[in-house]
Amino acid sequence: MGNVIGIGAAPKRKEDQRFLTGRGNYVSDIKRPGMAAGVFVRSPHGHALLRGIDKSAALASPGAIAVLTGDDVADDGLGSLPCGWGITDAKGVPMKEPPFPMLAQDKVRFVGDMVAFVIAETPEQANAAADLLKIDYEVLPSVVGVLEAVRPDAPQLFDDVPNNICCDWELGDKAAVETAFKKAAHVARLSLVNNRLIGNPMEPRAAIAEYEPGTDRYTLWTTSQFPHVVRFLMGALVLNIPQHKLRVVAPDVGGGFGVKQFHYGEEAVITWAAKRVRRPVKWVASRSEGYVSDRHGRDHVTEAELALDETGKFLAFRVNTLANMGGYLSTFGPNIPTNLYGPLLGGVYTTPAIYCNVKVVFTNTVPVDAYRGAGRPEATFVLERIVDVAASEMGIDRVEIRRRNMIPKEAYPYQTPVLVQYDSGDPMGCLDGALVAADVKNFGVRKAASARKGKFRGLGYSTYVEACGLAPSRFAGRLGARGGLYESATVRVHPTGQVTVMIGTHNHGQGHETTFAQIVSDKLGVAFENVDIVFGDTDRVQFGMGTYGSRSLVVGGAALSKATDKVIVKGKKIAAHLLEASEADIQFEAGKFSVAGTDRIKTFEEIAGAAYVPHNYPLEVLEPGLEEQAYYDPVNFTYPGGCHIAEVEVDPETGTVTLVNYTAVDDVGTVINPMIVEGQLHGGIVQGVGQALFENAVYDEGSGQLLSGSLMDYCMPRADHLPMMKVATHSTLCTHTPMGVKGCGEVGTIGSPAAVINAVVDALSHLGVTHVDMPATPNRIWRLLQNASLPVAAE
Amino acid sequence: MKPFAYHQPDQIPDAAKLLTSIEDSKLVAGGMTLIPTLKQRLASPAALVDLSKLGSLKGITDDEATITIGAMTPHAVVAASKLVQTKIPGLAALASMIGDPAVRSRGTIGGSVANNDPAADYPAGVLGLGATIVTSKREIAADKFFLGLFETALELGEIITAIRFPVPVKAGYAKFKAPASRYALVGVFVAQFADGVRVAVTGAGPGVFRVPPMEAALSGHFDPPAIAAIKIDTDGLTSDIHAEADYRAHLVTVMAKRAVEAALS
Ligand SMILES: Cc1cc2nc3c(=O)[nH]c(=O)nc-3n(C[C@H](O)[C@H](O)[C@H](O)COP(=O)(O)OP(=O)(O)OC[C@H]3O[C@@H](n4cnc5c(N)ncnc54)[C@H](O)[C@@H]3O)c2cc1C
Repeated sequence: MGNVIGIGAAPKRKEDQRFLTGRGNYVSDIKRPGMAAGVFVRSPHGHALLRGIDKSAALASPGAIAVLTGDDVADDGLGSLPCGWGITDAKGVPMKEPPFPMLAQDKVRFVGDMVAFVIAETPEQANAAADLLKIDYEVLPSVVGVLEAVRPDAPQLFDDVPNNICCDWELGDKAAVETAFKKAAHVARLSLVNNRLIGNPMEPRAAIAEYEPGTDRYTLWTTSQFPHVVRFLMGALVLNIPQHKLRVVAPDVGGGFGVKQFHYGEEAVITWAAKRVRRPVKWVASRSEGYVSDRHGRDHVTEAELALDETGKFLAFRVNTLANMGGYLSTFGPNIPTNLYGPLLGGVYTTPAIYCNVKVVFTNTVPVDAYRGAGRPEATFVLERIVDVAASEMGIDRVEIRRRNMIPKEAYPYQTPVLVQYDSGDPMGCLDGALVAADVKNFGVRKAASARKGKFRGLGYSTYVEACGLAPSRFAGRLGARGGLYESATVRVHPTGQVTVMIGTHNHGQGHETTFAQIVSDKLGVAFENVDIVFGDTDRVQFGMGTYGSRSLVVGGAALSKATDKVIVKGKKIAAHLLEASEADIQFEAGKFSVAGTDRIKTFEEIAGAAYVPHNYPLEVLEPGLEEQAYYDPVNFTYPGGCHIAEVEVDPETGTVTLVNYTAVDDVGTVINPMIVEGQLHGGIVQGVGQALFENAVYDEGSGQLLSGSLMDYCMPRADHLPMMKVATHSTLCTHTPMGVKGCGEVGTIGSPAAVINAVVDALSHLGVTHVDMPATPNRIWRLLQNASLPVAAE
Repeated sequence: MKPFAYHQPDQIPDAAKLLTSIEDSKLVAGGMTLIPTLKQRLASPAALVDLSKLGSLKGITDDEATITIGAMTPHAVVAASKLVQTKIPGLAALASMIGDPAVRSRGTIGGSVANNDPAADYPAGVLGLGATIVTSKREIAADKFFLGLFETALELGEIITAIRFPVPVKAGYAKFKAPASRYALVGVFVAQFADGVRVAVTGAGPGVFRVPPMEAALSGHFDPPAIAAIKIDTDGLTSDIHAEADYRAHLVTVMAKRAVEAALS
């Protein structure tokens, strides 16, 4: 018998047994009898009218089975890809929501927009047939940047969306902010760009669909972070397939980062196609295809102003942002730069008045949606950058200005002026911890050593908070969510006492199979190895909203905790019967039910056995079996946060920025498995560093071509870009989640870009540099130094 | 990838014959450049003629004044070669900076030189050292071999069999890696011979080129300050999303100085 491995322990990850031995089961590993291959034909143009498609040569190609186009979609009366959020403008007018056909009809709106699906016996034959498809495009000018897209003379993507503005959204008290600005002793201003990113999960997207005529059932295997949501959106809203006739399976998935938390047109097309051709059909994206079809992230242009009094206290914060939506509204698209952005602009500070306006804009680019952090890194970047700008302009130390404005630990729960109420936190504690861990005291010595080598060294801070654990459904509903955001878990205790958990979140690298098993092992006192976690199959798991927004442990774990509690409650009833005691006298601890104050016990296994062999059992009042289910809808978001400190060295000769030290002290609430938390923080930080220094999705204005369309041109962070990181936790407990957890999946990505860029600006501040846009590439830094107001020379 | 015929000859003349007799056939060496283009269906040759069975194309030999590297010698072998490390350490260093370990163990010097990617490293070493490209038909001086963007003096059916490098007094290579691809955004190879200095630049323009003013200056004083003030013209240099032409021009001077430092160290 194995051991109980409980909360706070760091066992090796259960799932790594199969991952590290090459025995994972990914969509592209799956083969179905009689399977055909499909390829998507995508628009090579950013913007064009679709004049006609001639299928004849493609259909005559060897092995070709079918060619499906937008006309076929229209003929079959299928729906448009739905958007899961409907936001409204200041006057309550709903956002413009043009249709998003699963295969383009009449017009294409980005390079990669799907025009046809070609099915053949083999992938090679499907590609060959696709090459023969004759598509008549009338190319139109493209617009890719948000500033360009809102100009009056810009190309218009949709006839009924003037100036390409989907929604002119706002949050906060505009008048209060204006009044505060009038009284300000100082106003700091900052214009910045939040660069567009491509998620690049290790495993490209893929799908297989199969239709069984005998039962009229469909099965879709897909690389998804939320199979139940795909079942609902695709079945109920796009293909009109009854929910009980549709099974969606998301088996092992090789990373998501948000890219796989949307319902994609490919899923709908392939499911529809499988019935039409009466064959299982498989599609596996290439990396290049992913670049022009996986939803992108970020892409903001922002003007921010911070009003301060003479002591450096923040009086008001005003932010105007243009956010790129790409060519259509993706599943969460309009929610990200609005509801997940504006409410975070309070940060860890007591700023009394905040106003935020976001124009959500269509452009001829891949639809933009959530990418790890989703809205919150953008908010944190604006705020943490302008705090540094204000500090420097007012001659106040950057740590000091933060301290003067931070919400003290005692002030929690803290109501911000932008909807959210933080339940708990200790930003000052995180800051103090990080200052020590980063050895800020001796930074001057290190800076002097760099200067002797002709390098500029800089230090950057980011003291931040985020909102995660998405989401309280009622609150989200008020903000425009069209679905619920609870989670569900079933704890099935087998007659022998082992446990299978069915949970609605999806594990694609986060270590849920380990973390969740620890929770069950801890609470039920069963061996860690005797707990398995099942997810990712709508036929096996009752329901679920999936994994994103750092919600799996916070919301899913809470459902699991509740379901486990129900098992204990029922176990006590059974034990009371067997031990002939009153239920109130039964205690449960370390896997044993006992009568308080006696040595009479029943083990968890004995109780499980009795539940399934109910010979001596209170059948009159209790059902046999030991399986409990719980749904959990959070009462609030959780608010992890912390302090990140980056230290960089700049080579003024080449403009190269090297990240030399990185320290993070984060408050993630209760830590279930410190090793997994550390891994999440590392990964998150690296993605933030990637945004700050390397990653940039670049489109060509006019043609709409993606210039950074492969790993040869889109720079992902690599191991040799990074120092060994110091990460630690300084936790306060969440007051409203069952275990006090806050979530840790996104904190790293949210806190880090500002820390890195603040460090770069600090390194160059003696030259008069006040801002650096991301990514801080060598070319960009060199250019800044060329234009710097002060001569470049080693200090 | 589209279907193609595959041949693995064991004699150079057989390989040359296959190449000329099958229309639309292509040589494959390490495949590190060719296979990705096939996979992306950017090229679809009718046949591939694999050079891997041609033993005479592998290995490194030397005489007093030269080192000869067989066309099929992988980058990793050149990087680790004691002979190259001793006689032209700058060339071994260059080979060690190409791609990643997997690419270095498959990719070959012949493939790299034949391909003449504008951002590849070897062309800088070959031109900088004034090497000779030995083919199945003739010998071609480096100065006559590289003709610009992916263009070389190779004729149809001509196979590179080896590259012969004169041994310099000193040589060094400095590479500023393109952030994503890690090819040379700018790479500069500097070689000092008894009769003068050669400076070759890769990555900065559509093809590898020499910098006569730097060569003249370094022939006078072989040290970094000699060229610190020499700026190269931005005309004809590449501008792309990673680097604008004036930045590349600036890097040429910086990398040339660092190449001289490397040669002197
Ligand atoms: C991820 C990655 C990173 C890379 N990074 C770098 C880098 O940093 N620097 C760099 O310089 N290169 C880099 N490369 C390219 C690498 O060095 C290639 O190996 C090289 O360019 C081609 O060599 P090969 O042996 O693979 O040639 P192949 O791909 O087999 O062939 C390339 C071309 O040369 C022709 N050819 C091959 N051999 C001969 C011959 N003997 N005679 C005539 N023609 C021939 C082929 O027909 C083909 O057209 C990288 C490649 C990859 C995949």
